[in-house]
Amino acid sequence: MHLEVNHLYKRFKIRQGSLLVLEDINLHVEEGEFVCAVGASGSGKSTLLRLLAGLDMPTTGEIRVDGIQVTGPGADRGLVFQSYTLYPWMTVEQNVGFGLKLRGVSRAERQSRVWDYLEVVGLSNFAKAYPKELSGGMRQRVAIARALASEPKILLMDEPFGALDIQTKEDMQEFLLELWERTRKTIFMITHDVEEAVFLSNRIYVLSARPGSIQREVIIDQPDQRHHVIKRQQWFLDYKDTITDLLRGNTSQPFIVA
Amino acid sequence: MTSTPEPLPLTMPRTKMLRPSRFWQIAEPIAPPLSWLFFSLSIGIPLILWALISNSGWVEPLFLPTPQQVGRAAQGLWASGDLPKDIVASVWRISVGFLLAAIISIPLGVIMGTFASIRALLEPIIGIIRYMPAPAFIPLLILYFGIGEAPKIILIFIGVLFFNTLMVMDSVKFVPKELIETTYTLGGNRWQTLFQVIFPYVTPNIIDACRVNLAAAWQLVIVAELIAATEGLGRRISVAGRFLKTDEIFVGLIVIGIIGLAIDLLFRLLLRTTCHWASK
Repeated sequence: MHLEVNHLYKRFKIRQGSLLVLEDINLHVEEGEFVCAVGASGSGKSTLLRLLAGLDMPTTGEIRVDGIQVTGPGADRGLVFQSYTLYPWMTVEQNVGFGLKLRGVSRAERQSRVWDYLEVVGLSNFAKAYPKELSGGMRQRVAIARALASEPKILLMDEPFGALDIQTKEDMQEFLLELWERTRKTIFMITHDVEEAVFLSNRIYVLSARPGSIQREVIIDQPDQRHHVIKRQQWFLDYKDTITDLLRGNTSQPFIVA
Repeated sequence: MTSTPEPLPLTMPRTKMLRPSRFWQIAEPIAPPLSWLFFSLSIGIPLILWALISNSGWVEPLFLPTPQQVGRAAQGLWASGDLPKDIVASVWRISVGFLLAAIISIPLGVIMGTFASIRALLEPIIGIIRYMPAPAFIPLLILYFGIGEAPKIILIFIGVLFFNTLMVMDSVKFVPKELIETTYTLGGNRWQTLFQVIFPYVTPNIIDACRVNLAAAWQLVIVAELIAATEGLGRRISVAGRFLKTDEIFVGLIVIGIIGLAIDLLFRLLLRTTCHWASK
């Protein structure tokens, strides 16, 4: 098992007592898998991702990557936030190479890797540009390239396309799928967008809200070639409806649920 | 049928639109030619008023000398070598006092802004000292350091140190948390995050804080020289006052204004050249 989460609970202290945000989360992600967690706001999905990244500590329970318990943030788990988090004083090239620089990779070695990843995200022509000169979609591609350049074991994504307009979002989804098919990087992504989750993932964890807990695990039987036209096909809509109903709390319709 | 509300009385205009304006635009720049015009008016009108009033004979030259008189006084002071000496003395005191304060306050402010522990340790004491007016330390400084250069430089040093530290500290608050967390997930440790992320991010704010506090340093150097000095622009003004040489007082004030403006522009230039990424 590549990433595993066992009996995870997270409680936040508030003014009166404490608030249970995550309740008994158990999940796993295998090598090369693309897994999404979908949940409405209040399902604690961002908290879950922060715990996986090691930016926050669970109240009880454990998170392991390749058997090693997560005790803090590290380069083995790359993270892409929803907000644009590029370093504004660095060029695109410097942003992508920053993780390698932090870990003491030589300049020459860094340069060739950075160019590889700029190629992967299709931004070779923008190597010398500054973040403020880029569009929202391009910035997220740089953020993804930056996370990938450090060669993490798993890529964690926190609603990475949430701030983008619908066309850019669809382009970025196809881009991410293509990238995943090429690199087979393990990806764990959280989103509130059911369509996005069905389109991208092999498997979906459906979270319930307040406290967040795993309601269902849904395996998505996907064709190999995915293009956004499949979003209009019946099987796709069936998945989407099932999960949307689960999120609404309407579970009357049993379906292909694992 | 649902009832619709009564229409507003006809006296109220229905389609009133905001009229365009070149002068009163809010949150928009004005045209560059207009901007230059206002720049010259801003300096030109007071100069012209001064020349008119002082030459008209309404006011005694003892209270308001004419620009010509002030110009002649400046020439005289320059030719005798007094004015250059005064400028060098004041600029030297400010430079040394300010640089020492900057060398300590910048790292201290960044560290206090970054680590809540260091902030909790130092903010209370700095917060108290900040409210003590620096000139109030003069008697103590004379007692400890005599009347040489040391007390003047130290006065500027303590006057700048605490304000600059707190301003730099505040600027660290604006570093987005996600930027720091991203750095951790890229494998950065805390020192790398401090030096390679937080410090570059706040550099424009540090330059700006220094620009503001340098103005405070000018206030203090003048105060320091009023007490005990043989040369300096503040000394020049107080001596001129004693001998009722109003024109020389004006020379001192104008020279201070010009040097201050020049330094201000220099800092803006520094900001624009080193931190072009921070401009809009």
